[in-house]
Amino acid sequence: MAKRIMTVDDSSTVRQMLSFTLEDAGYEVLEAVDGVDAMQKFAAGERVDMLITDLNMPNMDGIELIRSVRKDATNRFIPIIMLTTETQESKRQEGKSAGASGWIVKPFKPQQVLAVVRMVLS
Amino acid sequence: MRGMLRDTFREEAQEILAEFEGSLLELEDSPGDRDAIGRVFRALHTIKGAGGLAGFDEMAGFAHEVETVYEAVRAGQVEVSASLISLSLAAGDQLQRHLQDEELTLDDPQAVALIAALRRHLPSSGIADLSDGRSLQPVVRQEHAVTYRIRFRPPADLFQRGLNPVGLLRELASLGSCRSVAQIDGIPSLDQLDPLKCYLYWDIILTTGHDINAIRDIFLFVEGESQVDIERIDDAVDHDGDYKRLGEILVERGDLKLADLRQLLDEKKRLGDLLLQQGLISGAKLESALLEQQSVQDLRRQREAQDSASSIRVRSDRLDKLVDLIGELVTVQARLTQTSQEREDSTLLSIAEEVERLTWDLRDQVLGIRMLPIGATFSRLRRLVRDLCDELGKEVDFTFEGADTELDKTVIERLSDPLIHLVRNALDHGIESPNLRQSAGKNPRGSIHLAARQAGPQVEITITDDGAGLDPDKIKKRALELGLITPQAELSAKEIYTLVFHSGLSTADEVTNISGRGVGMDVVRQAVLALRATVDVDSQLGRGTTITIRLPLTLAIIDGLLVRIAGDFYVLPLSCVEECIELRAATQASQDRHLVHIRGEIVPYIRLREQFAVVGKAPEVEQVVITRNEASRIGFVVDEVIGSHQTVIKPLGNYCRGVKGLAGATILGNGTVALILDTATLIGLADEAEKKSLAS
Repeated sequence: MAKRIMTVDDSSTVRQMLSFTLEDAGYEVLEAVDGVDAMQKFAAGERVDMLITDLNMPNMDGIELIRSVRKDATNRFIPIIMLTTETQESKRQEGKSAGASGWIVKPFKPQQVLAVVRMVLS
Repeated sequence: MRGMLRDTFREEAQEILAEFEGSLLELEDSPGDRDAIGRVFRALHTIKGAGGLAGFDEMAGFAHEVETVYEAVRAGQVEVSASLISLSLAAGDQLQRHLQDEELTLDDPQAVALIAALRRHLPSSGIADLSDGRSLQPVVRQEHAVTYRIRFRPPADLFQRGLNPVGLLRELASLGSCRSVAQIDGIPSLDQLDPLKCYLYWDIILTTGHDINAIRDIFLFVEGESQVDIERIDDAVDHDGDYKRLGEILVERGDLKLADLRQLLDEKKRLGDLLLQQGLISGAKLESALLEQQSVQDLRRQREAQDSASSIRVRSDRLDKLVDLIGELVTVQARLTQTSQEREDSTLLSIAEEVERLTWDLRDQVLGIRMLPIGATFSRLRRLVRDLCDELGKEVDFTFEGADTELDKTVIERLSDPLIHLVRNALDHGIESPNLRQSAGKNPRGSIHLAARQAGPQVEITITDDGAGLDPDKIKKRALELGLITPQAELSAKEIYTLVFHSGLSTADEVTNISGRGVGMDVVRQAVLALRATVDVDSQLGRGTTITIRLPLTLAIIDGLLVRIAGDFYVLPLSCVEECIELRAATQASQDRHLVHIRGEIVPYIRLREQFAVVGKAPEVEQVVITRNEASRIGFVVDEVIGSHQTVIKPLGNYCRGVKGLAGATILGNGTVALILDTATLIGLADEAEKKSLAS
């Protein structure tokens, strides 16, 4: 069964790029526009194998989302990859202590995304 | 996909830029509005991130510049001013232009001016460093597979971060051939066990063509929180099948103390069993070290097999036959050259020259096939040194250079024993015990250095130790006791050192089971002489000893000096010839005692005419070929010196085999046989004869 990945980003460009890349590689993708949207989807019973989230988002940002997911009984052990920019070293640390599995540096190439996804899902 | 992505981005960017402008205007009204600052920042951030993805690199670059300023604003380092707002609005227009015109670059004068103005708003240290982010690095393939030893101790909260160590190991395995052992000694008892924590750690042996960065990348997400030790343990250069011993591996990994190892080794049982028995080490750690040993050994064997696959194995007697044939060819070619010169036929001469050139080429090639690097012999010595050090309680750094120096296969085979003797001697008698060395102000670790290098037609092998050195007085005393020298003899230091090669002479006060019986050095001398090599000893008391062996490259063909006595031809190895002088009554120091003056030095000589009982009368003026043997010079008197000669050595038939003083025979250009002289034996014979005549 295809693995299911939720992508959370307020930029439709980023979401589209992730969907293209991941679906092309045989993953099923579920998009969310921010942390609130993502948590609502989880609350509605959506289950995914992995989460890829931007950090800077309106309503609920990435760090908060990670903390919420790690408190969620059903999804607390899924890998979470954050999308960060190279200038956000401190953010990366914050994300890691919040429970992020890893990160992808923006701008990224499709094969970088796939390499990371394969690694944490294997 | 790219096209679609671009359209999506254009659409999105329009919306974002509109929001960006709105937020800026809000900010102008209330400069402290954190919410507005956040929105401005996020807008720029999104344009940068998404723009980069959609291929709007220049636009993303520009957005980055503006974002940097607002990052500082958000952090409270920069205040929102009217001028910053105007600048930001202009920056928004510039972003809009980028969106319309993809050709626009950051070199655009307007962009340059805006960036410069924006940067002026930054506190001087606020310029963000772009280089700190590490992303997955390009994978570099290496030519050789390298083996690494990795110890991976993940952070305890690994599972809580959604990471699976098995995934990391699997990823690691995808880089090459990988074996791992899980270490379980960190697991607490059940009542103390926190199921959310990772207690395991792993020892991994990975052989990969990828470079070390590819390995590090796999641990990128757990870097900092976990222990990841990566060590290179084999790099495809060493072809010796043996790898480190179990104890060594464990000490290297820090799993076992050196002192404990030493103590255990005295018990002479299998180390693995002992370690377990004494509880010094856990089963998994032992297993992991054994795995490393096994992996590297397998790998090296494999490599050996591969090496041999790229070559053909040929029985060495076939090669010997080939060398024989080349010898015949050289002989025939010499005849051809001689004949063509006599005929004075230019066509024949040019053919003869061509044949000569080809023959030499062929000779070099065929002799080259028999050449082997000396490295394998050196590696075996390394093992010997290690074992002896343990046994003798000494510490020695054994180094060697010139392992790729090539020598004839036969020479290498026969060289092995003398080298073993010399290294043993250096270790046993040369290098002092660590305590002694320390009190003498030396490094407690001794050193033995073995070097091989080619010097002209010879190969020079030196064994240097920094041990106690030879004591000339002690040697002299021993030699006197044994009657090797007379009390009157005045010997140079070199001549004294050479005495150590005499059978029975050992200056060691006590005989150990390794050396000291005075036999070893005699063996060395015999073997070296058989190889037509020379040995030199140089030593400084308290500083160390250097022994130099000079070997011919091959045993099959030598450079010789062709001489004549009556109607017979003889060849002396050119390597030991120093000079030729005429022998007249005037130069003779003494008619009976066979001595000759050379520039003030008296050199003894041997009359080959007498030695071989050649009938007939010697000519008025004879020639003396002065040769150097070990530390002394000796002359050989002949009728005529003809010149240098490429000598193909042929064994003597059964008929002549018993004749002492002959090393073999060779066939000259005109078909005549010349005998090759064994100078060392001849000198020995003369010595004996003299001793006998003195005694009687």
